[in-house]
Amino acid sequence: MNSGDSLYQDAIKQFAQAAHGHGTLENATGEAKLNNPLCGDRVRMQVALDAGRIAAIAHETKGCLLCRAAASLLGARAAGMDSAAVEAVSDELDAMLKGAAPAPAAWPELAMFVPARAHASRHRCVLLPFRALIDALKAASPEVRRDAPRGAGDTANTTG
Amino acid sequence: MSDTAANLRAQFPLLAAAPELHYLDSAATAQIHRAALDAVVSHETTRRANVMRGTYRLAEAADLAYEQARQSAARFLNAGSAGEIVFTPGATASLNLVAHAFGSTLKAGDRVLVSVAEHHSNFVPWQMLRDRCGIELAPIPVGADGRLDLTRLSELMGDRCRLVAVTQCSNVTGAWTDVATIVAAARKVGAKVLLDGAQAVQHGPQDVRAMDIDFYAFSGHKCFGPGGVGVLWGRAEALARMPPFLGGGGMIAEVTPEASTWAAPPQRFEAGTPPIAQAIGLAAALDWMMTLDWTAIREREDALCQQLIEGLARIPGLRLLGPQHAHHCEARAPIVSFDIPDLHPHDICQVLDAQNLALRGGHHCAQPLLAALGAEACTRASIALYNGEADIEALLAGLDRARRELA
Repeated sequence: MNSGDSLYQDAIKQFAQAAHGHGTLENATGEAKLNNPLCGDRVRMQVALDAGRIAAIAHETKGCLLCRAAASLLGARAAGMDSAAVEAVSDELDAMLKGAAPAPAAWPELAMFVPARAHASRHRCVLLPFRALIDALKAASPEVRRDAPRGAGDTANTTG
Repeated sequence: MSDTAANLRAQFPLLAAAPELHYLDSAATAQIHRAALDAVVSHETTRRANVMRGTYRLAEAADLAYEQARQSAARFLNAGSAGEIVFTPGATASLNLVAHAFGSTLKAGDRVLVSVAEHHSNFVPWQMLRDRCGIELAPIPVGADGRLDLTRLSELMGDRCRLVAVTQCSNVTGAWTDVATIVAAARKVGAKVLLDGAQAVQHGPQDVRAMDIDFYAFSGHKCFGPGGVGVLWGRAEALARMPPFLGGGGMIAEVTPEASTWAAPPQRFEAGTPPIAQAIGLAAALDWMMTLDWTAIREREDALCQQLIEGLARIPGLRLLGPQHAHHCEARAPIVSFDIPDLHPHDICQVLDAQNLALRGGHHCAQPLLAALGAEACTRASIALYNGEADIEALLAGLDRARRELA
């Protein structure tokens, strides 16, 4: 019953505290807001695209350390990526959390969330910013299919 | 055996098997008492059959046990008769039943009062009714301490109020509702009163006749019984005037190809096979509760609540939601929610879990209340009769560790 893990590693706390990308974009071309109904975590994610790639990213995240660290990591790393690349990393992160894969090779920082594997109720906290970014990218690229599955239970609205 | 916390704890199989566990989430689900568990197993292994259907001896034994469960629930609530007890899947189902069945007797422009302090289960069904039928829905506000602000109650009711549906006790702040004032005001305009008793029932038997209300809803899993069963109590005359909610077997008088007529309450509201074994398990829990010295238990729950509130007051910046200095019988049940600046409840509960402390963090299905109190989420400790001083001491030590670990 005692998990005895080290979920709250320094890396998570540092990313959460740094809050990379926190704020809003004046020239956003896509935006999504996602809530986690379980706990009330909220992410507002904005992107500005250039030739289908993220030229700028900003987010306003109210949530737990895991959610804020994940959003901060995106704020630091997502620039230059296109929608397919973000979805690929998100899928790899999901698989990592489920214990089915190691941390994505291209994003070694995501290994800081490995201790969350043991806490299924917290996976959505980590994934929420990624899902918000995917929705924001879809909102910015209307030609992209908009009915892709979202995390079960997350609630959203998007503007593009 | 006396009703000390240790003796009571030993009667709960999960707690007896996990002496290291500090279970402080009984407001979400109370642990199941051995008698309830034994009753479920006994029924399923000796009397399992459908009810109100068969004429063989096994079925008649099941019928008898199920109807005896109804009588236990009636005694627990001091209802006028067992016929006023409807078994449902839970409090949420009970509340939705009233929203549909009683709600179908309302007309556009009729008013229903809820409160800002409601659990979503006593808020959303009324919003859905409003959207279906055009009733007016008016929320009673809360004061800064989370208690219902009844100063404008008559004005909110107007002259077309038909029902006041409020919580008896907040699942977030523990604040008790001033039921007598609400009932008095409702009677002046001919409105009925529904109490959501989900949080109250684990703190002792209730008296629906003394409260002079019309409907009462609760869940079995909140009062040491099994999950999957709940109760709707309604005054006989109120139930008799309501059409059914769900259609199916067991709730009809006669079905022809053209039309159906309805059975009398409570069967009218129990379409399909009811939660038979769960109702029997719930009855065992209620029967056990009715043997306890509730004055002593409430005094101990109050003392633990005070111990916790005083300990929390030493944490810098901590904000206690709900009544600040209160005793069980006056303002607050032993449900204590709080917010610590810069620490998210999810993270707090995660660190506490690693120390065998089970607490809930989040919005507790009460988003309107949290918004009114200026909070997004909070951490909640809820105390039940099996908790002791060691649980509170462990929680306070655990919060110290959480503050260090998460800083």
